[in-house]
Amino acid sequence: MSNIPNTRSHVAETLKSRHRSERYFRLLGLAATIFGLAFLSILFVSITMKGYSAFQKTSILLNVSVEAGEALPAINYQGLIKASLRQSFPEVKKRQAKRALYGLVSSGAAYELRAKVIDNPTLIGTTVAIWVTASDDVDMVSKGVIPRGTTPAVRRLSDRQMGWLGVLENEGRVKTGFNWTLFTAGDSREPELAGVAVAMLGSFYSVLVCIVLSFPLGVMTAVYLEEFAPRNRWIEFVEININNLAAVPSIVFGLLGLAVFLNVFNLPRSSPLIGGMVLALMTLPTIVIASRAALKAVPPSVRDAALALGASPVQAVLHHVLPLAMPGTLTGTVIGTARALGETAPLLMIGMVAFIVDLPETILSPATALPVQVFLWADQPERAFGERTAAAILILLVFICSMNLLAVALRRKFEIRW
Amino acid sequence: MSALVLDQMAQAMASNAESRFAASAVTQDASKAKMAAQDLRVQYDGVTALGGVNLDILHNRVTALIGPSGCGKSTFIRCLNRMNDVIAGCTILGTVTLDDENIYAPDQDVVLLRSRVGMVFQKPNPFPKSIYDNVAYGPRIHGLAPDKKGLDAIVNESLSRAGLFEEVRDRLDDSGTSLSGGQQQRLCIARAIAVEPEVILMDEPCSALDPIATARIEELIGELKQRYTIVIVTHSMQQAARVSDKTAFFHLGHIVEEGDTKQIFSNPVDERTRDYVMGRIG
Ligand SMILES: Nc1ncnc2c1ncn2[C@@H]1O[C@H](COP(=O)(O)OP(=O)(O)OP(=O)(O)O)[C@@H](O)[C@H]1O
Ligand SMILES: [Mg+2]
Repeated sequence: MSNIPNTRSHVAETLKSRHRSERYFRLLGLAATIFGLAFLSILFVSITMKGYSAFQKTSILLNVSVEAGEALPAINYQGLIKASLRQSFPEVKKRQAKRALYGLVSSGAAYELRAKVIDNPTLIGTTVAIWVTASDDVDMVSKGVIPRGTTPAVRRLSDRQMGWLGVLENEGRVKTGFNWTLFTAGDSREPELAGVAVAMLGSFYSVLVCIVLSFPLGVMTAVYLEEFAPRNRWIEFVEININNLAAVPSIVFGLLGLAVFLNVFNLPRSSPLIGGMVLALMTLPTIVIASRAALKAVPPSVRDAALALGASPVQAVLHHVLPLAMPGTLTGTVIGTARALGETAPLLMIGMVAFIVDLPETILSPATALPVQVFLWADQPERAFGERTAAAILILLVFICSMNLLAVALRRKFEIRW
Repeated sequence: MSALVLDQMAQAMASNAESRFAASAVTQDASKAKMAAQDLRVQYDGVTALGGVNLDILHNRVTALIGPSGCGKSTFIRCLNRMNDVIAGCTILGTVTLDDENIYAPDQDVVLLRSRVGMVFQKPNPFPKSIYDNVAYGPRIHGLAPDKKGLDAIVNESLSRAGLFEEVRDRLDDSGTSLSGGQQQRLCIARAIAVEPEVILMDEPCSALDPIATARIEELIGELKQRYTIVIVTHSMQQAARVSDKTAFFHLGHIVEEGDTKQIFSNPVDERTRDYVMGRIG
């Protein structure tokens, strides 16, 4: 024991550098975390800055006199809207000027009027005060996304149109409110009439199909491989290929879906059913891998306890092992599905990239998905589509974040404290 | 549940218990072997762990297995309820009989076997479920209780037999893992006897426990042998001497000596046994 002081001095000597490297390591970790968070917040802030204005929309108050005596289906609403605009600005006489005047409101205004009249036919024969959607150019200027002082070419409104807008504003006939259209409408050529409802519903259906298919399949595969499969070459081969599958680019799954689901089984193109099936293929390996890890982490003593009581292997797994593996399994599933929710490429291959106006009624109706809608709108030249693209991204991110929160909540709920 | 109700239940249970145990309490000749191993050989991935073991386990007696670490005691005890089946690479040759039937015969059902031969492990391993569900699990899967009341009775009775009922009567819904180590081990014993097995295997049941909890379990073993045939692996010579009727000394995968516990400890025949029980090897 004569070397005890020796040991002590040795340790004391190295202590300083040990502490130093420990500090460095901690700093490095902290820096990495901050770096990541910074990028994330830059992303969020820039998208929010770009997209928040899309959640507001400009409306213009029109007083439309709906003449009596006309049969309901025969009413020319477009004409009524135009007449109302002419009435507000009687000095406008020339054809070109009139067209510019009509351009203040959206082409959807006539439909809004129609809906209102059909809803309440007693309005026929009266003068209806109605807030109609402004055209996208008016919307952008009115919300201040495009400054009023720029050249007509940039703001896409002539000086004369700006004058009319000023008059309407002075009369209190221009307002900005929450853009419900964004959440209730499908796609449209007119940005002010376009919404993500079809995409949201399509995404919802696809993810639903994806979960319904991939969760039970994935968990059962994992249980079989982990608990029951004999250890042989064949099973090893399957295992390796499941890991390979997790690394396959998602577009390949789309091609597979195209070749098998569409061309062989002739399932309906562009439908969330196919989308969900393709996404399920993609998610399956993630779920299998996560579930196997979770199953492996269950202490063998639990299995032994159940077996020693005379539980059959299936009972031991279903009653004890699988419930204990649930938190990990669910986390894997939700993370896999969140990734599927943000996936574009495979959906392009199976035709979920169409211009779809009507809400999908079933999982067999054509639909798009949120990321695909982003992809579609990002291609549009109108500036109003730019802000809607950012808004769609924000909505997608909100969905993905809430799914991840769900994963945390499920984990908490199923976690068993020892 | 109020204590009063529980008392009533315990009484009802006690009368119930007589009938429940009546069948198994048929007195059998104690000298007759309940279980027997004949030329039992076990290999793990080709490496021999047990090389031809013969041992009779007597009815309603406590058999202690002693021997140095790695000599094959756990391997042997796990053969008695075929828990070795689940280990990949484990091959078992020879026969083990339960009431003169080979448990390794092809037509033997492991589920049935394990309901007759229960096991308590070295480390307490309660399910992360309520105390009640821990004990009720076995009876539930085997359908031993006709209804909820019957199940309550079995649970309370098993907990009483394991000497745990008084301590947990007010918190049957608490998690089994919230108990102390000694209580957990008694819970595992309660869980094992709830299935009403004929044989109970215990692999170092006290090695994770303090002396008081150990004494409690040793006392329990004394009570349990009235009804059950017990096989216990232990590293404590004192424990083997205190609780067992018969002792087998394992060494390097063989039984070197077996016999009456008193004889093994006072007058061992084999040199190695003498050295081991005197604490010279192991
Ligand atoms: N699952 C296994 N796989 C491979 N070898 C094993 C396995 N279990 C036990 N063995 C080997 O079998 C031999 C006997 O082990 P066993 O666990 O039966 O010893 P033991 O007498 O219970 O020892 P201890 O007193 O330390 O618990 C040892 O050499 C051990 O390494
Ligand atoms: Mg052992």
